[in-house]
Amino acid sequence: MAKELGLHSWRELALGAAILTPGSASELKTGDWRSSRPVVDYEKCVKCGRCYILCPDMVYSPREDGYYELNYYYCKGCGICAQECPKGAIEMVEEGE
Amino acid sequence: MGRRVGMEVSIAAAETVALIDVDVVAAYPITPQTHIVEHLSELVANGHLDAEFVPVESEHSAMSVCVGAAAAGARTFTSTSSQGYALMVEICYIASSMRLPIVMAVANRALSAPISIWNDHADMMLARDTGWIQTVAENGQEVVDLLIHAYRVAEDHRVLLPVMVNLDGFTLSHVIEPIELPSKEEIQKYLPPYKPLLRLDPKNPVTMGPVGVPEIYTEAKKAQDEALKNSKKVIIEAWEEFAKHFGRTYRPVETYKCEDAEVILVMMGSIAETAMRAVDSMRARGKKVGIARIRLFRPFPVEELVAALKNARILAVIDRALSFNGHVGPLCGEVKSVLFDHGLTPYVWNYIAGLGGRDVTVENFMEMVDMVEARAAKKEPMGYEIINVRE
Repeated sequence: MAKELGLHSWRELALGAAILTPGSASELKTGDWRSSRPVVDYEKCVKCGRCYILCPDMVYSPREDGYYELNYYYCKGCGICAQECPKGAIEMVEEGE
Repeated sequence: MGRRVGMEVSIAAAETVALIDVDVVAAYPITPQTHIVEHLSELVANGHLDAEFVPVESEHSAMSVCVGAAAAGARTFTSTSSQGYALMVEICYIASSMRLPIVMAVANRALSAPISIWNDHADMMLARDTGWIQTVAENGQEVVDLLIHAYRVAEDHRVLLPVMVNLDGFTLSHVIEPIELPSKEEIQKYLPPYKPLLRLDPKNPVTMGPVGVPEIYTEAKKAQDEALKNSKKVIIEAWEEFAKHFGRTYRPVETYKCEDAEVILVMMGSIAETAMRAVDSMRARGKKVGIARIRLFRPFPVEELVAALKNARILAVIDRALSFNGHVGPLCGEVKSVLFDHGLTPYVWNYIAGLGGRDVTVENFMEMVDMVEARAAKKEPMGYEIINVRE
């Protein structure tokens, strides 16, 4: 039974599988769940920030020029940003194979 | 110095918890546990015990409060029975998985329906897979001693698991017995203050009880399983230390006249005192009968049972609950598993006795022995039966 799928040895887990480093959820890759990704048309974007505010994860972050940058490491493809964008600037594009 | 007094066992349990100096008690009253919790609330209210008493709205909340308090580093206690335990059980799994050294006394009672406030081991069996250490008392003194022992084991950094101390409802909880209560100082010498290995602390934030993704969950359960298995040596060591401090000796399996016994009765709890009287009178008639009483139910005392049962020709295993699997009672199934693993092949019959407060008498034990001998002689297929059923 050589095939191991665990991230850590059971011997190395903290007591009760506690997490000792605060904020470590940001290391968890949730971006491999999605079936479609949001693509922003910056010609239509008015920098309102609703995508940034309403994204349930950490996909959007503000850039110095006022637009929002996407980090697909976290994007689950929920489509809330595309649904809520008042200018229709975000399109959900199906992921390829 | 300790004192020897006549005392209701529930009151003695509450007095012991106060002597242990717990920080938090969260409990909801339910028969037959009520006197334990009522007396603890009195002890807190009149200043004898400096603790937070949380009169919660349910047993689910009682265990939730204990989880929070233990996670914050408090020494915690709760107590329940039957339906209350059933409501609590969701959080009991969490307490053991989070490795919180909560101690709980369960005044064992049957589960509904039909509604029964009386004693059997249905709640103990509901608890069997929760990852708690479980001990089972035979008499009032043992309740007191197992409670003190429970904290020493639970809080040991090699263990850090919750402990359930089982006492038969009414049969133990409501009887007055001579009890030797140690002094607070004597208990403190045996039981050092609780020092948490990990606790909720704003200055050093940790996440307890997080999500366990498939890449973590198996390892988390492996670690918990190892902790429970490894607890056995600490449990035994704590009993050996207990004997040095208090002069009373406990072990995982208590044997009574087993050495040369051809028939051994296997059981848990207070019925063993009745069974001992039956064994004495059968011995007087030349029958070689003995008792193996399981005091440590979790982790299961495999080696000790093998040692106790290895020479017996016939076993009668007495369950005080049904498993509703159609072939064996919950305790007998585990005993048979131990026998099989160790190549032991006695004739085994499983009696289900004393459900919902029905008495198990001296005569019952003698009948059990006669009947199991007759079945073994006729080489009847092994199985189980509920005794004392009116047809």
